[in-house]
Formats: sequence, C-alpha cells, structure tokens
Amino acid sequence: MASSAARRGSAGDVLRDALPKIVLSPSLAMVLIFVYGFIAFTLYLSFTDSRILPSYDLVGWKNYINLFRLRAWTIAIKNVAIFGSLYIIFCCFIGLMLAIFLDQKIRAEGFIRSIYLYPMALSFIVTGTAWKWFLDPGIGLEAVMHSWGWTSFQFNWIKSNQMAIYTIVIAAVWQTSGFVMAMFLAGLRGIDNEVLKAAQIDGASNFSLYRRIVIPQLRPAFMSAIVVLAHMAIKSYDLVIALTGGGPGRATELPATFMYSYTFTRNQMGIGAASAVIMLMSVAAIMVPYLWSELREKPQ
Amino acid sequence: MSSASASQVVSTGRTTRFLIYTLLLIFCLYYLLPLYVMLVNSLKPLREIQSGGMMNLPESLTFEPWKSAWSTAQIGVQATGLRPYFWNSIQMVVPAVAISTILGALNGYVLTKWQFRGHNIVFGLLLFACFIPFQIVLIPMARILGILGIAGSVPGLIFVHLVYGIGFSTLYFRNYYAQFPTELVRAAMIDGAGFFTIFRRILLPSSGPIAVVCIIWQFTNIWNDFLFGASFSDFNSQPMTVALNNLVQSSTGVKEYNVHFAGAIMAAMPTLLVYIVAGRYFVRGLMAGSVKG
Repeated sequence: MASSAARRGSAGDVLRDALPKIVLSPSLAMVLIFVYGFIAFTLYLSFTDSRILPSYDLVGWKNYINLFRLRAWTIAIKNVAIFGSLYIIFCCFIGLMLAIFLDQKIRAEGFIRSIYLYPMALSFIVTGTAWKWFLDPGIGLEAVMHSWGWTSFQFNWIKSNQMAIYTIVIAAVWQTSGFVMAMFLAGLRGIDNEVLKAAQIDGASNFSLYRRIVIPQLRPAFMSAIVVLAHMAIKSYDLVIALTGGGPGRATELPATFMYSYTFTRNQMGIGAASAVIMLMSVAAIMVPYLWSELREKPQ
Repeated sequence: MSSASASQVVSTGRTTRFLIYTLLLIFCLYYLLPLYVMLVNSLKPLREIQSGGMMNLPESLTFEPWKSAWSTAQIGVQATGLRPYFWNSIQMVVPAVAISTILGALNGYVLTKWQFRGHNIVFGLLLFACFIPFQIVLIPMARILGILGIAGSVPGLIFVHLVYGIGFSTLYFRNYYAQFPTELVRAAMIDGAGFFTIFRRILLPSSGPIAVVCIIWQFTNIWNDFLFGASFSDFNSQPMTVALNNLVQSSTGVKEYNVHFAGAIMAAMPTLLVYIVAGRYFVRGLMAGSVKG
C-alpha cells in the first residue's frame, strides 16, 4: 500500500514503509520460536534418549515403539477415544436439542441461555472439584439418595475402574454443552424462513421440517462444534486432574496426563516428547484441514 | 405437532410447549446444580456435610469455611489460605491480558490494513498456534524459562501466557478490522497520516466492542489455566487454580469439604463476575472464537 512512497527512497520513507512489519515482527518472532521452534525441539527430543534432562543422542523410532508398547499409553488412547466420542456426541445432541427448543420463542430466553452458558466461564479445576464431590458416594448423590430414603440407590462410578472414565464425560458435557447450544442457536438464527414456509405449505410436519431442512443446513455449525470439541478432548488435562487424578489406578489416564507424568515425574522425557508429538499430530489432523477450508472459503 | 401460524414458521401446540418448557427448566437445574451444591455447603459446618444432606440448606449458617479458605487453610508448607495465590493470579492475569490485547490489536491492524506479501501465511501460522496442544511446548518452555531466569515466578507465567495468548487476540482483531472500511484508512494516508496516527485516530476509537471480547476471552483463559501454572510455578508464584487443586487433593487430616467448596467458589468468582457483568460480549466472543477466516 505504501510502496509508492518507498520508491522515493529517503530514510524516513523506508522506515515508514517498514513500520508495519516492525510492529508485527515481535509477535511473529515469538510465535516462530515458542510455537514452531518448540515443536521442532520436542520433535527432536522424541527421537533421543532423553530421560530426566534433554539429551541430544538420537535413537531413531525407539521412543515411539516403546510408547505404543506401554500399557498406560494404550489405556490413554482407548480412554481418549471413549471420552472424545461420547463427549462430542452428547454435547452435540444436548446442544442441538436445547438450541431447537430455545428457538421456539421462549420467554426469558436470554436468562435461560445465560444459565446454560455460565459453566464455560469456570475453570476445569473448579468444575472438576465440584463434580468430584457430587459424584463421591460418601457425601454426594448416593448419600443424598440414601438420606432421602432410597437406600438401594447406587452411584459409585468415580470409584470404579470400568466406569470412572464416564464421570469425566459427565463433567465435561456439563461444562461445554451450553457453549455448543450457543453455536447451534446462532446457526438456527441464520436459516432463511422462506424455505421453511414453503415446505410447510407443502404439508411438512415440524419434525420433518427439522430433519429434512433445518438440521442439514446446520452443517457448518456441526463442523465447527465437532472440530472445537475434538481438539478440546485431545487436550483435556485439568478436568481429569481435578476429578480423578487419572485414577482409580489408570482408569482415567488420557494422553495429556500420560505426557505430563512420563515427562516430569517418571523422568522418561523421550517417551513424554513422543506422546506430545502424537497429540499434536492428532490435533493437526483435525485443525489443519478445517482452518484451511475456512480460510479458503473467504474470498467468495 | 400442530399447524402453522402466520407470525412464526414453526409453531407448537400447548402440550408440546409445556414439554419444551419443562425440559428447558430441567436443564436449568442440571447446569445450576453444582453451583448450588458448592454454595450451600460452603456455608455449613463440617459435621453437617458429613452427616449427609448435601442438597439441604444449612441448618446453622456459618462463614467460617470462607474465612478459613481465604486466610488460614493449609496449602503447601504454610497455612496461608488462598489469599496469596489469588493475588498471584491477579498479578499474572492483568499484565498478560493487557499486553496480549495491545499486541493483538496492532497485529490485526497490520494484517488487514498494511498487508504485505505473505500476510496470509503469517496469519495462518498465528491461527494454528491457537490450537496446538500445549503439551508439545512444555519441555522446551521449562528449559527456556530456566535460561531466562524467570522459571517458577510470576513474570515467567506472564511471559508464557503472553506468548500463547497472541494468536487468539490477533485473530479477534484481525477479523474485526477486516470489516472496517479500508477507504477511511487510505484517505487518511493520502492526507499524510502515519501508521500510528491512523491506528490511534481511526481504528482505535471504534475498537471498543472487540477489545472487550478479547479482554474477556484472555482473562477467562489465563485465570482458568492450570497446565502452565502447574508446570512453571513454584510455591511462591502458584496461581489460584493450582492452589485450589492442592488444597482439595491434600491428603493430610480430615477433608474439610466446606472449606474446599468455599475455595472453589473463590477461584470461580472473578470469571463468573466477568461473565455476569459482560455476559453478552462473552457469548459473542465465544462465537468469534469458533474461527471465521
């Protein structure tokens, strides 16, 4: 834009021309070093025999091979698959349902919407702490039901090896389903009413109206929701730490907790780095195509 | 289901509406339940919680758990309560939010109004940086903070949050400024206004809404962070989330649930307050955060 000025060539003009780039450069430098440089460093470490401290001796694919032989990692992968898929399914289902219902000219819609959304403002540590108590058989839901006279009531998932991972889903869905609702609501508000009216004149019922016309039009909202939720599921760390600490045993181990414990408490930095690389790859596999398509659609 | 009405495309019968309202209300209770449980139990003496009745209102109302959580609870070596950690969080969050917002505004300005070759690549790099799992940078960051001499300190945490907050703040301002008429900028340029003059006089005065969105977003994210706080702080610089987790997970002595509940509300209070005061912007911010190019 300022290129015509630069052609005149005085020092002041050169500076003026370079100023925007100078302003941008600290941020760009920070991101290049602390994001991309660090990714490269961790990638390198994942091929070394680093243990308590970084080492620069390459060992090839050994860490990755060991990683996938570790029972803890297999459990973490299995758990993140269970957690991620249930988390996405429930958030989308509840979010869509609430959005459709809230879209029916509901009184006090704004108020209800704020109630659905507020969990998003809280830290996962707070959320996890709250749900930990609530799910604790000793003082939480089970104890309450017993004190209300339903003595056969049992809900001890958080103490159970098989079921603990589902308590993570419960708390995480509580935290984010309202946010997904807001995304779907925004999508619903953007749908053209004329199409719906036309279909209605043709005798379509409300149900088929939603199934055939509305929900298919929410595709972009579904895409964004699924991408955001999937990337959150892969990164999940705080919630597990606060809710179960990864336990009982390893029942709620996720890649994020695995990475942390192998790197910082078990002194297996090489393996920790390898697990971080796998996490990055999974997130990139979801985010890169998504960002790519979002940025490319823009000019039209 | 029922027939159409003139005012509204999808209309519903009385029974269906009743069911919808019931369901919406049930979900209100579901979302409010944990907050209710935390609140009522933070105002009970411990024995009342231990004897069950988590859902009941306090029989003998007490503010002791709040006092204890704030100033006398045992976290770490000394019985300081959460107060110093709350202060750590404030000291960390204010500069990190302020600086990342200012840099984001300037970056957004450059990326939309002073475009250069490859500006899209730069933006793409910043954008992807928003979504990396932070586990990938933990090891090198721990080393670098040590080399810079700010490991285990509040300035160290400010630095970390600044670095990883720039992507989002740039994203917000870029998308906002992209809709701002470039003609105005061009006209000012012809009149001889410089880079900073244009920013200060033309873009900044209309940046209020996006600045609020950015500040709320950064504030909640940085206040709520746990991973960086747990990785890069020591006892004197721990933020609120880490201290709360230590308080709750500490295995010594009797579990003082009421104190834990009070502490959890304290950790939630600042972001909750921001959400209540500026909730509308928060929603908009979240929407903008779902990445529009």
